[in-house]
Amino acid sequence: MLRFVVRRLLLLVPILLGLSILVFMWIRALPGGPAQALLGERATEQAVEQIERQYGLDRPLHEQYLAYLRTVGRAEFGTSIATRRPVTAELKERFPATIELAIAAMLFSIVVGIPLGFVAAKRHGGVLDNASLVASLIGISIPIFFLAILLKYVFAVKLGLLPTVGRLSVLIDLERKTNFYVLDAILTLNGAALVDALKHLVLPAIALGTIPLAVVARITRAAVLDVLNEDYVRTAHAKGLGPRIVDARHVLRNAMLPISTIIGLQTGLLLSGAVLTETVFAWPGMGTWLVDAIRARNYPVLQGGILFVSVVFVLVNLIVDITYAIINPRIRYS
Amino acid sequence: MRGSTLKFLLLVAALVFAFAAVAAGCGGDGGGDDGEATQTEPGQEGEAEGGGTLVFGTAADPVVLDGALVSDGESLRAIDQMFEGLVTLEPGGTEIQPGLAESWEANDDGTSWTFQLREGVTFHDGEPFNAEAVCFNFDRWYNFPAPLQSPSASYYWQTVFGGFANPAEGSPGPDDSLYRSCEATDEHTVTLNLTRPSASFLGALALTNFTIASPKALQEFGADEGTVDEETGFRPTGTYGTEHPSGTGPFKFESWARGDRLVLVRNDDYWGEKAKIERLIFRPIPDNAARLQALQTGEIQGYDLVEPQDMETIENDDSLQLLDRPAFNVGYVGITQSHEPLGQLEVRQAIAHALNREQVVTDFYAGRGEVAHAFMPPDLFGYAEDVQQYEHDPERARELLQQAGVQTPVELTFCYPTDVSRPYMPDPRRNFEAFRANLEEAGFRITPRALPWSPDYLGAVDEGNCPLYLLGWTGDFADPDNFLGTFFQTQQKAWGFENQEIFDILDRAEVEPEEDARTELYQEANRLIMQFLPGVPYVHTKPALAFQACVEGYEPSPVSLETFNTVTLEGC
Repeated sequence: MLRFVVRRLLLLVPILLGLSILVFMWIRALPGGPAQALLGERATEQAVEQIERQYGLDRPLHEQYLAYLRTVGRAEFGTSIATRRPVTAELKERFPATIELAIAAMLFSIVVGIPLGFVAAKRHGGVLDNASLVASLIGISIPIFFLAILLKYVFAVKLGLLPTVGRLSVLIDLERKTNFYVLDAILTLNGAALVDALKHLVLPAIALGTIPLAVVARITRAAVLDVLNEDYVRTAHAKGLGPRIVDARHVLRNAMLPISTIIGLQTGLLLSGAVLTETVFAWPGMGTWLVDAIRARNYPVLQGGILFVSVVFVLVNLIVDITYAIINPRIRYS
Repeated sequence: MRGSTLKFLLLVAALVFAFAAVAAGCGGDGGGDDGEATQTEPGQEGEAEGGGTLVFGTAADPVVLDGALVSDGESLRAIDQMFEGLVTLEPGGTEIQPGLAESWEANDDGTSWTFQLREGVTFHDGEPFNAEAVCFNFDRWYNFPAPLQSPSASYYWQTVFGGFANPAEGSPGPDDSLYRSCEATDEHTVTLNLTRPSASFLGALALTNFTIASPKALQEFGADEGTVDEETGFRPTGTYGTEHPSGTGPFKFESWARGDRLVLVRNDDYWGEKAKIERLIFRPIPDNAARLQALQTGEIQGYDLVEPQDMETIENDDSLQLLDRPAFNVGYVGITQSHEPLGQLEVRQAIAHALNREQVVTDFYAGRGEVAHAFMPPDLFGYAEDVQQYEHDPERARELLQQAGVQTPVELTFCYPTDVSRPYMPDPRRNFEAFRANLEEAGFRITPRALPWSPDYLGAVDEGNCPLYLLGWTGDFADPDNFLGTFFQTQQKAWGFENQEIFDILDRAEVEPEEDARTELYQEANRLIMQFLPGVPYVHTKPALAFQACVEGYEPSPVSLETFNTVTLEGC
């Protein structure tokens, strides 16, 4: 197991190196540059040249790339062209926001999705099963953007129950230690901020979690159906175990393998889904940050941000693989 | 195995519990006080003797709170609340008014301007405002170190004052500078010396970029300090523009959490009309639809640049209101003459006659546009009513093409931007489609070229790669030079022509000190330009702001120079 983990971590090096070259070349292949983006209608030829010189964009590509690698070597990613702040400083604010949202969305999809799929499988062919099938189909097909606007319209504009933008109400103060607001509120024993931060999470989490929810529910249903037909389930029933114990120990546990696979995959997808959700809810996370950076041709942010997300992605996959081994002792990595 | 199952079930139980807690937290608030708080919280203090908090939704965070180093609207909006310049503009208009200077006088040739400063004004950090402070600021700008000479930082200093004392490679130097020196004659008298006469100078001083900051705060918090290294470029290290901006305006800086809120508080020592509201918060909400919903829920009390498709919603909602900003922009069809046959006047005239500008303005501007006949707004001095007109007349267009002796249909590429909405073109694609149909009816064949606004589209236009294109301009300050001078005073690839007569008259108009003579020169320039027809202006628009109906006293300005000190929340 340890060797497996070490090997996977070592693999990160060539992956990231290749990726950094790819990202570096790709963003420079896009037409236009940061100067035009910064100045808009006011971009004159001379101004563009001046800005390119300032950011070293007039130097040969390989020199720019080496300079970039040196910043990565110092564990930083340069200075954001749009805000003039260190990319790492922005990353520290943005990344926790997205992770907090992704965790909330994942929780929503697991907590609702697994029971839904399980019940559907148990009532196979019944009304509930069909209803959940239809619901999950809708869940998968509905555009996040539309769902988000709809949720906001109903729960915020019409009912006035929940806020529509941001992570915290402007009149609530919170000492930001980790930038995970829920965690910060708990750490500083700030009850008002905790409730407020949780309220701000609800709608974005539902909007972002709906697709994973539908996927999780469908996979759970299929997996549970498979397991229900296994001999060992029949045996368990035959030897007189109670239905609850059979469900928990034999059915659900064995169904968890495909379910956890799909949860791992969905976690990666959450990062991309977060882009749309964050935009609609003015959620200051990685998604809006990177989209803005593409628009502004903010090279340092793009290079640093994408590299960082890739590392996270690889690590999440690693964790998923390790979780397999824990859930299913039959799997051994060597 | 059993242990693992248990663990898993425990985990699920914990998750369910956590989620239930979330749901309960919200459910409980639903009917109760917190739900109400979501509705009204920012205005809640409003009932207390005209105080209260106003939350304004912005499109983005400011870059930095230092007027000399920004050119983006969101930075300027926040800086306007905290800082003041020597002169300002009348609220809601473009006429120059006293600001931190009570009066001023120029010498005969307009190269030396003496300002009498307001007495008894202090900066937010308690330092006195005086002539020395003014000179400190001007000298700071003129002596900017190399990294701050980039147009990404000091665009407006370069545009208005031309150069720096110690120019970096590629930057304009003292020879190009309009600014010569600043003299503090006494405590409250300051003289600005220029290298040449300039008439647009005074109007430019009203720009937020030339507001006066506390010299002590600038130095103490390292406004110009930063590290430069090969890898990361310039990185400011001071905290002046992020934590300690200090001006003389009606609001003071309190705190700034990026991506979340910028909090300003009332300056109780303000020399002028003190703010009615206690706190002013800017909250970044990049998405337009999200801003509208936040206004509907009461999370914000106002926002700028309402999209035309949202106007009806706002007008039909009794709890909301729409405020018009006076027109101070122009949208035009640009023509790049370096592409054949656009160098021929008849062809350009044919284009102008082909375009049905009235139709586009009526159909796509929700009643907030007027047809443009020149490259500057009609309210500005120097506008000429008697410029050549080009009414919609496809027949005439076809005749002109025939006269030009070109083969019809004339093949042209027409560029338009995607994913952008500008005040002068809320939906560029619709304008393009309409104009394309007009042109094709009049003997042209159009190849569309759609590009993402920034930087692709702007880059293509600036490089002169688009024979026809849609663009526009929003004025920075109330001077025709800011429109006509920007477009036509020098040769530019985007226009692709060289017309010395136009260049010359704009040069003369820029420096003419006599106001009447200046007005005439610009009127003449407008006539020449519309005769030469480098492009076809088609619209001036009135952008709109949205507020909750209970917000009163906000005066929209054509150049977006608005302070919140007159705003009340009494009805909220």
